[in-house]
Amino acid sequence: MPSSVIDFQIMWNRLIAVVEEQATTLIRTAFSTSVREAGDLSAGLFDRRGRMIAQAVTGTPGHVNAMAESTGHFIREIGPDNIFENDVYITNDPWMGTGHLHDITMVSPSFRAGALIGFFACTAHVVDIGGRGFGPDGNEVYEEGLQIPIMKFAERGEVSQSLVRLVRANVREPDQVVGDLYSLAACNVAGDRRLQEMLDEFDIADIEGLSDYILETSGKATREAIARVPAGTYRNTMEVDGYDAPVHMEVRLTIDGETLTADFAGTSGMSKFGVNVPEVYTRAYACYGLKCAIAPDVPNNHGSLIPFGIVAPEGCILAARRPAPVSIRHVLGHLVPDVVLGALAQAMPAVVPAEGASALWNVQIAARPVEGREGRTTQLLMFNSGGTGARPSIDGLSATAFPSGVKTMSVEATEQIGPIVVWRKDLREGSGGAGEFRGGLGQTIEIEAREGYEFHFNAMFDRIRNPARGRRGGHAGAAGAVRLSDGTQLRGKGRQQVGAGQRLVLSLPGGGGFGDPRKRERKNIEADLIAGYISREQAVLDYGFED
Amino acid sequence: MKEMKVRVGVDIGGTFTDVALEHANGLSTCKVLTNYHQPEQAILDGIIKATEQAGLNLGDIGQVIHGTTLVTNSLIERRGAKLAFITTEGFRDVVEMRSENRFEQYDLNLRLPTPLVARQDRYTLKERMAADGSVLLPLDVEEVKTLAARIVERGYEAVAVGLMHAYANGAHERDVERILKAAAPQLSVSLSSVVSPQMREFERFNTVIANAYVQPQVASYLTRLVQRLRDIGIGAQVFMMHSGGGLISIETAAAQPVRLLESGPAGGAIFAAQYANSHGIAKVLSFDMGGTTAKICLVEDGAPKTANSFEVARTYRFKKGSGMQVSTPVVEMVEIGAGGGSIASVDTMGRIQVGPRSAGSEPGPACYQRGGEEPTVTDANLLLGRLDPDNFAGGDIRLSVSLAESAVDARLTRGAGVARAEAAFGITEIVDENMANAARAHTIENGRDVEAFTMVAFGGGAPLHACRQCEKLGIKAVLIPPGAGVGSAIGFLKAPFSYEATRGFFQRLTNFNSDDVNAMVQQLEREARAFVSAAAGGAPTSIKLVAFMRYSGQGWEIPVVLSHRAFTPSDAAMIENAFNDAYRRLFGRTIEGLGIEITNWSLTVATDLKPAARVKRLASERKAHVSRTRHFFDAALRRTVEAVEVRRSDMVPGARVAGPAVIIEDETSTIVTDAFEAIGQQDGSILLIRKDRGNA
Repeated sequence: MPSSVIDFQIMWNRLIAVVEEQATTLIRTAFSTSVREAGDLSAGLFDRRGRMIAQAVTGTPGHVNAMAESTGHFIREIGPDNIFENDVYITNDPWMGTGHLHDITMVSPSFRAGALIGFFACTAHVVDIGGRGFGPDGNEVYEEGLQIPIMKFAERGEVSQSLVRLVRANVREPDQVVGDLYSLAACNVAGDRRLQEMLDEFDIADIEGLSDYILETSGKATREAIARVPAGTYRNTMEVDGYDAPVHMEVRLTIDGETLTADFAGTSGMSKFGVNVPEVYTRAYACYGLKCAIAPDVPNNHGSLIPFGIVAPEGCILAARRPAPVSIRHVLGHLVPDVVLGALAQAMPAVVPAEGASALWNVQIAARPVEGREGRTTQLLMFNSGGTGARPSIDGLSATAFPSGVKTMSVEATEQIGPIVVWRKDLREGSGGAGEFRGGLGQTIEIEAREGYEFHFNAMFDRIRNPARGRRGGHAGAAGAVRLSDGTQLRGKGRQQVGAGQRLVLSLPGGGGFGDPRKRERKNIEADLIAGYISREQAVLDYGFED
Repeated sequence: MKEMKVRVGVDIGGTFTDVALEHANGLSTCKVLTNYHQPEQAILDGIIKATEQAGLNLGDIGQVIHGTTLVTNSLIERRGAKLAFITTEGFRDVVEMRSENRFEQYDLNLRLPTPLVARQDRYTLKERMAADGSVLLPLDVEEVKTLAARIVERGYEAVAVGLMHAYANGAHERDVERILKAAAPQLSVSLSSVVSPQMREFERFNTVIANAYVQPQVASYLTRLVQRLRDIGIGAQVFMMHSGGGLISIETAAAQPVRLLESGPAGGAIFAAQYANSHGIAKVLSFDMGGTTAKICLVEDGAPKTANSFEVARTYRFKKGSGMQVSTPVVEMVEIGAGGGSIASVDTMGRIQVGPRSAGSEPGPACYQRGGEEPTVTDANLLLGRLDPDNFAGGDIRLSVSLAESAVDARLTRGAGVARAEAAFGITEIVDENMANAARAHTIENGRDVEAFTMVAFGGGAPLHACRQCEKLGIKAVLIPPGAGVGSAIGFLKAPFSYEATRGFFQRLTNFNSDDVNAMVQQLEREARAFVSAAAGGAPTSIKLVAFMRYSGQGWEIPVVLSHRAFTPSDAAMIENAFNDAYRRLFGRTIEGLGIEITNWSLTVATDLKPAARVKRLASERKAHVSRTRHFFDAALRRTVEAVEVRRSDMVPGARVAGPAVIIEDETSTIVTDAFEAIGQQDGSILLIRKDRGNA
């Protein structure tokens, strides 16, 4: 029926607005730094079978695509007969949620005239979940904090006070964490209110027909986009730093008509430390990377995600088995798109960029008074990004997150929170990989405790021994480095001290270059020299520049 | 000050320069084409034309009030000064690194906007303030002198100074200015601690850079304007509209031109506010739809809602994050790429998409017959019978139905798999949906319920879409004021003199220091008062004090209005209550056990306005004269309906017409859908109200 096509399109638009409102409510009321300042969250609407039909464009791919799978687990674990109006379900299970204990996922059923019509779900990274805190040093998930299996946060509107008390007793910032639990529940309510209004306006009883339309349309557009990629089997491998041992990642990407499979067989086994990745998170980022290149215009939903068949053998570091530690699964997770894109580059050479810094350089800092002085410990979390890989016809982006979608925080705001001084946060000259198109620059950060304080930090940095590689003749970006101002080299992973009067110096990696640097246009080399993005020596040696 | 009977408001927009002349016998308005090379020429032409219309002499004009989009244009088109930026060592690239994220998640070829100041023009100094304003590293005067010499040698026209934590202590910035001025007295210098003393370096640096970038140009333009006015015999004082919805002196405007960025839209909001006041409407949603964009603003208790930061010059589909974040007081406005010229297309999933790309006025919609081949919102309105092809813009432009049809057929019907009529309906319905979603989101973000608002609709496109917007939003009444084509210029005449002073000043309520706060507030008041009295003399004023507050640990501050008086230590409890009330209004609850803090403060001094003369709302009395009947497609009914056509001039006070109806005038048409009826009001506005309001 033609008129219903337009109506479906209008309702589809409206659903995006509905989930945007859901996400906005969460951002504005959340306490977690990563949610409010950095946008580390997701929100979405699911049909009654647990298929995601709309998702807020705010949010970061690891959350979004992982959360897309989670609602199915909730339906199964709670049991269809046990789902009531005004219920709210919760979990932070890394294997059924979004990959580590710090992420809380909440799901609320939506009812209309007494009948279940769908679910709202949202995920946010909370400030603390107990255990060792946010860092990679635990050897089992049990050390990483409180585990909340899929259960009811609220039944028929009644919040489980036992659960709230249990959470309060297990986390370092109980008011903020419990505040965030309520924010998550409230954002689902906000979404549902708006959905009901839409159903009133269009006078329909459920979203089944709409859901089918959205998922079929998106699925079809995605499959058609896959079919346009030259068929074949493409392989790629990539080595990264890991924690205790280097990590080998390997993928075999097969494209055959409308089907796509990416298989990570051959990837290293699990680590003893929290860099392991649950498979759901690997799928989330692999799918994101492929989708950016193949079908960027198709909205993210169950229909557009399903055509990407992504598997990793259980027990490898990208499909870690319980009870592996997984606290900083984002580091390898953020590197997964480089692995799959490297394979896809063979099929789509004019689309896929070079490798980038990719993994965020998050710094979790605990600053406390030096011995003999009064005061409490302050926790600070900073998000920082290196350079992205050069694109086939444009330079890479300097100090910009990819694939993650998070933002950095104002240094002035950070310094208001705790007794630290950030002496430097600016571009790292010369760090972009040389190429006809240059990789994005990394950045340099220097942090010192204020007088009378010292701090320790949890390192979760990669690409120190394995820089971002260039593509098609482009050079690698500069590798990362972690040291103290006195020159002492520090490790890329794990908890380390920075004494009073010392500065922590982080040099974030640059992105890889694309194409032969000797083909770079002279005016671009000159512009880079004037701006100081490259040194004269680099201009001569890498680019063959002559005055 | 002498009695000012005759006042003139002038708004320079992208296409037209609008003039509104207020005199003893009413209002004379006119539009002239904007002159990009000599903007002041269009002003003179417009003023002369309006004065002649009113039968007055130029010498009768007692006051000129001006707002302009030229400041924004010069940022967008990068036509500002040769500029240097001086900052703290280690922070040279803040304006280039931005928020370190991508505003579009799936675009591998994303380009980020380049900063106004290239890296080679950004200089650093070894100095550092701490978060509490104490000096961590003193300024090295010799280093500044050396730098000043380089700045002079390299021939910069303007310098922006933005040092870390300068909002907490601006001493180093002032020292830098002193040394620069000693080296080059003519150099234009802008300080972040003066232009935008608020926490968050990226926004503050952007703001001071934007200010310095346009300063020499704006200053010389304003000087020229005043001189040209004198030359033709207008000796009147000239005042500028600022983005926050008030007037400032020419001198203030020339020093802080960044405050002028949104002056035009602010005039529009004041225009809507004036009608809210005279009709006694407490909650108004101002809806201004033109050819390219639609702007939405909330007006409560007669005052447009303001904010302390906004984004200008978005480079990517009006997307949040793709422009330049500027922190300066502003009338808070949501602007989306939805207007009469917005282009419709079909995406890879066969869905109709509308905007933000616009056909503008050249080539314009396909039906304009100027070579436009893509279907636009105007084309769809034509096909749906909402526009009359023979009587558009007072008959000046003949619209071609067949060109609109072929544009829709060629670009939409096949791709979307729908018939032509369906496609036309789809275009208007999607654009209405986009605007309604933006309006709904904006009211929700402000903790308000959109259904409680009355719409004031102006701009060429708004009266066509107002009823459908209200149907979608659940709004029950719309006011369509007269003179809506020059709304901003009229708004200028209704604005108070005002200045908003802001300061980043961190306070935890547990350590509330009333002495420090009082000293800071007094300083803000002195600052704001000085600017206001420079323009308004000793006119009576009011003060509004706002604290931007949050729970410790949150990153989003909410504005909390505090009574302006000397605080005592025990006032922490009063401030906490005010915060809790505001938080509950926005989020429906408060949170126990968390500390509360204040980050930024703002104090506005504004002259008191004469209370608006109340317009008695007229109920329906008699039927308006009907010119003829025609047909249009009613979106809510999903069918074409027979409608009566009424001339706007026949909508005299008390005249009533029930929808479906079309009210026509030269500038626009008002579509009264089946759900609404229209009643002419005493002040020339048209009130549209839902027929079923009694049952609502």
